[in-house]
Amino acid sequence: MDKVQVKICVGTTCYVMGAADLQELERFLPDDLKDKVEISGSPCLGLCRDENYGSAPFVTVNGEAIANADVNSIIETIRKKLT
Amino acid sequence: MQTANDANKTRRGLLIRLIREFRKGTLEQSIDRIPYEMRPKDADASRCCIYKDRVVLKYRIMAMLGIAVEKETDESRQLSEYLRDANQRQQPDSDILSVLDVACSHCITSRYLITNACRGCFARPCTFACPKNAIAVINGQARIDYNLCIDCGKCTQVCPYHAIIRVPVPCEEACPVNAIRRDAATDRQYIDFDACTSCGKCMTACPFGAILERSQIIDVLNAIKNGEKVVAMVAPAIVGQFAGQLGQIASSLKKLGFARMVEVARGAEKTTEHEAAEFIERMHNNERLMTTSCCPAYVETVKRHVPELLPYVSSTRTPMQYTSEEIKNQDPSAITVFIGPCVAKRKEASEDLNTDYVMTFEELGAMLAAFEIDVASEPEIELEREVKAHARGFATSCGVSSAILVEMKNSHPEMEIPELKSEFINGLDKKAVKQLSLYAKGKLPGNFLEVMACEGGCVGGPCAIGKVTLATRAVKMLADKK
Ligand code: FES
Repeated sequence: MDKVQVKICVGTTCYVMGAADLQELERFLPDDLKDKVEISGSPCLGLCRDENYGSAPFVTVNGEAIANADVNSIIETIRKKLT
Repeated sequence: MQTANDANKTRRGLLIRLIREFRKGTLEQSIDRIPYEMRPKDADASRCCIYKDRVVLKYRIMAMLGIAVEKETDESRQLSEYLRDANQRQQPDSDILSVLDVACSHCITSRYLITNACRGCFARPCTFACPKNAIAVINGQARIDYNLCIDCGKCTQVCPYHAIIRVPVPCEEACPVNAIRRDAATDRQYIDFDACTSCGKCMTACPFGAILERSQIIDVLNAIKNGEKVVAMVAPAIVGQFAGQLGQIASSLKKLGFARMVEVARGAEKTTEHEAAEFIERMHNNERLMTTSCCPAYVETVKRHVPELLPYVSSTRTPMQYTSEEIKNQDPSAITVFIGPCVAKRKEASEDLNTDYVMTFEELGAMLAAFEIDVASEPEIELEREVKAHARGFATSCGVSSAILVEMKNSHPEMEIPELKSEFINGLDKKAVKQLSLYAKGKLPGNFLEVMACEGGCVGGPCAIGKVTLATRAVKMLADKK
């Protein structure tokens, strides 16, 4: 099975609004998810400029954008993608 | 350093909004509406109600405008009027922190608390452990008589259920020098500015975001808007604060309207040279100890609380002061803005004629976001001048000592170099302040004492954005480069 692609936006807006704290996401992944996920950083996804998307930080999981992302909402979305 | 939480997010979001409106030239018209737009009628409240949220937002904006909230005399005065004051002032205020009373939750002062986990057991070790007989078991539950309790905490150590906890007042707990206290008469928390070292620890510690820092962002934005030559002096800790290279930060700053970026690491080179020479001289004069002078919160701590250590503090100026001086010497009309992770630098700058303003990394981040500049997507411009690698290490704990060691070896090869026995205080807390007086008395080993008020050094500063671990790694990587 293909790994779930998690892209953390490290654009400046997201970084300032909390993505800096998501840099160590890997450490917080539950053991059963560790080898099913590929985490990478991404330059500004452009979502911060779009008022319709809610607020930074943004993370995408297999392309699905999460606004106001935190460790819990990211893990939740990863699980959704795996089922 | 700040970790993600709602208080920080609100503050940063607010800053971005403010700067965005400034940039569009609409701040004066919109500023009074911001609290209402952020907490509209049907929004969820983060405090008791949206009305209180709005008032707190108003005061937060006042602090961002650099206004002392505690000096408010007319409550009906609008933000737009304060903005006009801010636009007209020539100089920012020198007291930096304020307690926002409406946001303060007036945490209970009682320090030890018996929780429901107490089973009113038969052995009752807490009642025996208490030296003041302050604990009695009433209706199957242990109770503390706070008139007798002396806060010793012995009861917590003996309870088999861990039912007794310590409830701290976070700001008081965080303050290394007990400068933030409750005023018995008004029951309000206040900062004693004679004792305060401006370290900013209370600000990070308060979970209600009730401690505000007075910003100078409006002054900087105005200087840029008025076409002044505003020079951004970035602290060495900037590496690792944003995704992107130093050269990209330089071009981002230009885009924001700064005339140029100068690395404070350049000043750190001079600090290192002087400090190394001073150390050699002092040791040749048989002095027993020298301590660093680059951390302003530490130097203030010594001045205000451990004066007996003052003779040992190096007389070398800080990297910021050398950097500002160099810039002003080249061009007296330049406006110098220090950009760093530090609250105490505002205090230092208010006493340094060559440094005009101080901005935090958080404010710079908000400014970039408001101007829609993404550091990592910017072209990399060439840095003005290469800086000696070790000078960049100033931003991390132990960085100063290693820089001095390198410097002594390189620039004084002919001399007999005294052995550097360095000791470190990595983060000032109440215990470390006591240690300082032991150093003054000569009761602790070492001849060189490096003190950083923030844990991890500047990268762990109260207004940093990046994670300490990652930022440290980034700084060290550049500092170790040959
Ligand atoms: S910075 Fe993350 S979407 Fe723009």
